[in-house]
Amino acid sequence: MKSVSASRVLAYLLSALAAIFILFPFWITLSNSLMTEAESAAYPPKLWPTGLHLDNFSGVLASIPIARFILNSFVVSSVITIGCLITSCMAAYAFAFLRFPGKKIIFALFLSTMMIPWEVAVIPNYLTVRSWGWLDSYAGLTVPFLATAFGVFLMRQFFLQLPKELMEAARIDGCGHIRIFLRLAVPLSMPGLATLGVYSFLNHWNMYLWPLLVTSSEKMRTVQIGVSMLQFSEMTAWNLVMAGLVLVLLPSLIMLALGLGRLVGGLTAGALKG
Amino acid sequence: MENRIENMEKAAPVPLQQEQGAIRGSEPARAANLGRFREAALAAVFIAPALLLFGIFLFYPLVQSVYLSLHSTNPRGQVANFVGLTNFRNLFNSPGFPNSLIVTLKFILLTVPASLALALAFAAVCRSRIRGMRIFRFVFALPIAVSVSTGSIMWMILFHPTLGTLNYFLGKIGLAPVQWLTDPNMALLSISLMTVWMNIGFLFILLLGGMQGIPEEIYESAKIDGSGPLRTFWRLTLPLVSPTLFFASVTSVIGAFQAFGQINILTKGGPVNSTNVLVFKLYEDAFVNFRFGVGSAQALVLFAIVLLITVLQFVFAERKVHYQ
Repeated sequence: MKSVSASRVLAYLLSALAAIFILFPFWITLSNSLMTEAESAAYPPKLWPTGLHLDNFSGVLASIPIARFILNSFVVSSVITIGCLITSCMAAYAFAFLRFPGKKIIFALFLSTMMIPWEVAVIPNYLTVRSWGWLDSYAGLTVPFLATAFGVFLMRQFFLQLPKELMEAARIDGCGHIRIFLRLAVPLSMPGLATLGVYSFLNHWNMYLWPLLVTSSEKMRTVQIGVSMLQFSEMTAWNLVMAGLVLVLLPSLIMLALGLGRLVGGLTAGALKG
Repeated sequence: MENRIENMEKAAPVPLQQEQGAIRGSEPARAANLGRFREAALAAVFIAPALLLFGIFLFYPLVQSVYLSLHSTNPRGQVANFVGLTNFRNLFNSPGFPNSLIVTLKFILLTVPASLALALAFAAVCRSRIRGMRIFRFVFALPIAVSVSTGSIMWMILFHPTLGTLNYFLGKIGLAPVQWLTDPNMALLSISLMTVWMNIGFLFILLLGGMQGIPEEIYESAKIDGSGPLRTFWRLTLPLVSPTLFFASVTSVIGAFQAFGQINILTKGGPVNSTNVLVFKLYEDAFVNFRFGVGSAQALVLFAIVLLITVLQFVFAERKVHYQ
């Protein structure tokens, strides 16, 4: 019993140390966002703000169109997430329940897309999107990402786990595939949809290289590009930069708090059993 | 089958009925054919959107990359003339590209093992049902919510030579300040530190999910057998989570090959190219200097390396992985 409590104390201690390593950058960001400009530029650096200078947030909102950036990112991530859920569910249903010629080959083709790093395709994709006149548009930011092999595998996995009897009963009752798909398979796979949704949203909210390439005007800029330009605009006022970061972090953190339960286990399922 | 034989027997005396039977027999067959055709058509409709997108934005670019890599391009990005393998030859003959390969390799060695080890340790601690672990679980997952650009700027202030808290703490314990991002011997290490911090969120979530898939009874019987926490970890958790760990290591290596944002924001490949990883070099060649041919050649080399590593990892590591 004694050794159990000793190992428990050790576990707490190590966790606390690890938590400090993870949390420290967050803390510095948050505390600087609440400092005055003089405080954030002071030497030695201050770890605590003296007061809550909430006007940093209104300051950053006034100096750069961060609300517009957040809106852009929100539109882009939402469109990609919804599109991804639709294309993934449809393809996954076909691979899970429909018989058709060439199924194995097409499935292998889907699998092989996981081997192509996106960076390899970035030059031709840039040229394609430019030739279509999609630079600086929502279409250019979203359409290339509307399907992922990962999503197809994850959803297929969830579909295959649905009780067979249920599907057969529906078939005997004369339900066609489209009805089974819409009324049975998709609603019963909500946990899978939630996992894929949270993952896809976070991933595309955080996209960097592609928006950097295809957007040039301020009104189409996503939050990640906007944020990385914070420090180059005028002189660097760290308190304002950090206030901007806090505003940008907030939606992702809320998303994580709501969706963490779904991500744990859900991602592993898609990764291994696909 | 039996039904049909019965039918035939009954029908035998009267030929006309037999004919009817034959017609009746082929109708379900035709219906089945039609059904199968409709099923295949539906499958085609269901698969088409994803397949079309993969075709346009993944498969076609691969082919186009090969084409571009064999040509030189003008500054507008249009193909000028066929140059054969010159782009590839120039890549390996100039110092820039081999340097990028080495920097990328170092970056992988600095980030992947550390990220995996830390995430594994954090997950092992969080798996145990100790009170308060839900809070730690959220904390360890936090970096997944941080984008590469946000994370880079968060660390930029930590790395700041005078305002940064890292140098402040070093000073407190009597050490000289470090030029985190401007010292050529330090910059890659600093970028790696920040990258490990960023990687932990996703890897932690992935590995914790893998550990939660291990049945609780196995742990209980290990406990009854008197196995301590460390022994349980090495003998039980690690082998059973190895499929997830394997997947995590493959994705981490590929992810490290794709590193770009933190380098673009924090160091721009410098100082003296000490952080000039492959994708950053590709970006500079293609989108700063508009040499799409050279850029495509690099993209293809990157693709070949990633493919090779994936295959190697599958061949070698998969044998050692324990699947239940």
